[in-house]
Amino acid sequence: MSPEAIKDLLYRLADDKLILGHRHSEWIGMGPILEEDIAFASMAQDEVGHAQCYYQLLHELGEGHPDEVAFTRQTEAFRCCHLVELPSQDYAFSLVRHFLFDMADKVRLSHLRRSKYPHLAELATKLAREEKYHEMHAKTFLRQLSQANEDARARMQAALDEAYPMAFGIFEPTIFTETLSNQGIQPLEDALMKEWRTLVEPLLIEAGLTLPSTADFLDYFGGRSGRHTPHLAPLVAEMTEVFAIDPAAKW
Amino acid sequence: MPPISYDPRVNRVELPDAGQLHQENALDQWQNYEVFQQMKRGEQHHHVGAVHAPNPEMALLFAKEQFGRREQCANLWVVKSAEVYATEYDDADMFQHAFDKSYREGDGYKVRDTIESFKRDLDARLGLETAVVQPGKAAEPLAESVAQSRKTGDWEVIELPDIGKGPRKIWVKAR
Repeated sequence: MSPEAIKDLLYRLADDKLILGHRHSEWIGMGPILEEDIAFASMAQDEVGHAQCYYQLLHELGEGHPDEVAFTRQTEAFRCCHLVELPSQDYAFSLVRHFLFDMADKVRLSHLRRSKYPHLAELATKLAREEKYHEMHAKTFLRQLSQANEDARARMQAALDEAYPMAFGIFEPTIFTETLSNQGIQPLEDALMKEWRTLVEPLLIEAGLTLPSTADFLDYFGGRSGRHTPHLAPLVAEMTEVFAIDPAAKW
Repeated sequence: MPPISYDPRVNRVELPDAGQLHQENALDQWQNYEVFQQMKRGEQHHHVGAVHAPNPEMALLFAKEQFGRREQCANLWVVKSAEVYATEYDDADMFQHAFDKSYREGDGYKVRDTIESFKRDLDARLGLETAVVQPGKAAEPLAESVAQSRKTGDWEVIELPDIGKGPRKIWVKAR
């Protein structure tokens, strides 16, 4: 098995989770109601926890300590997709992004559980347990808000119009995509993307939303090779602010 | 100029002045649901608190994170608070007894689970096998078959006096 290919995959998985977890965490204390504030914050914490697990696997393959990797890299070194970088905007956008991303995560984890890389297969089985609630939360809110009233539906549709083509960036291939598939570590990104579409599109239609055009999805590629949106740099600056005060501090 | 923050806590807090507070009507609000949590399958559900939600599905969704996250949980119930009927506190004196009737109080039931689990644990630690004898039957034949199936060798049986009602428990002990 190619360690370089595995590292490439792990960085993508970890960075998506870290950045999305940070974006989700921005709602702490600002959620629409107390119960949802707690639920969303809890999922943010899950995502950062999952990122830490992937960074730990990277550490075992010779990469830096998880804290160091998460908090000292330059923006260009991140391998996250554009979808997770975008500001949280309104709650509808955060919910739609959470739905699209977590459904993609569900598809990917279902394959990683059978990965030929045993550490990853073991971890995917564990993480899938927490993702079950994320899926339930995402689907319930999607249905609820898309069918509540015209104001809610319009906000959900606007959020989907923006987030949907961008979500294709989750499946942006890298130079290791074929190696990973040939070695049984995970299927081709294209295959995962098709499976994800068959999962999310009927749910979006059932919720009463219109599927947006995805013609421009290639515009949102680049994250996997370090080409990011302008939103990532301020996020990383804010996220690493405390760590940067004293990188050698013992926590 | 300081960098622009995208954190909504920093740049999206726009609270209205106290004078223009928005009034909500009763029906604009979500409903209250009481939450009952079961720690282990087979145990009773206990009331743990309440959540606000527009429907039962979302009440369960919220209940999971509010109450199912910090401790063991096997199952949750939600019930609309409006569906709960209660006695009046003004009538609380009806629960007082005029005479001492403490013999009626069901205190024993409250610790039953603890006692049962202690008994099972104790039997296991003492190396005792247990069996249940049906009413009217002798303990010996059953004890012998238990001893044989466990290859206990030389054994003795401990039994409480048969008071003639219902099945009774015996202990089979290696001598």
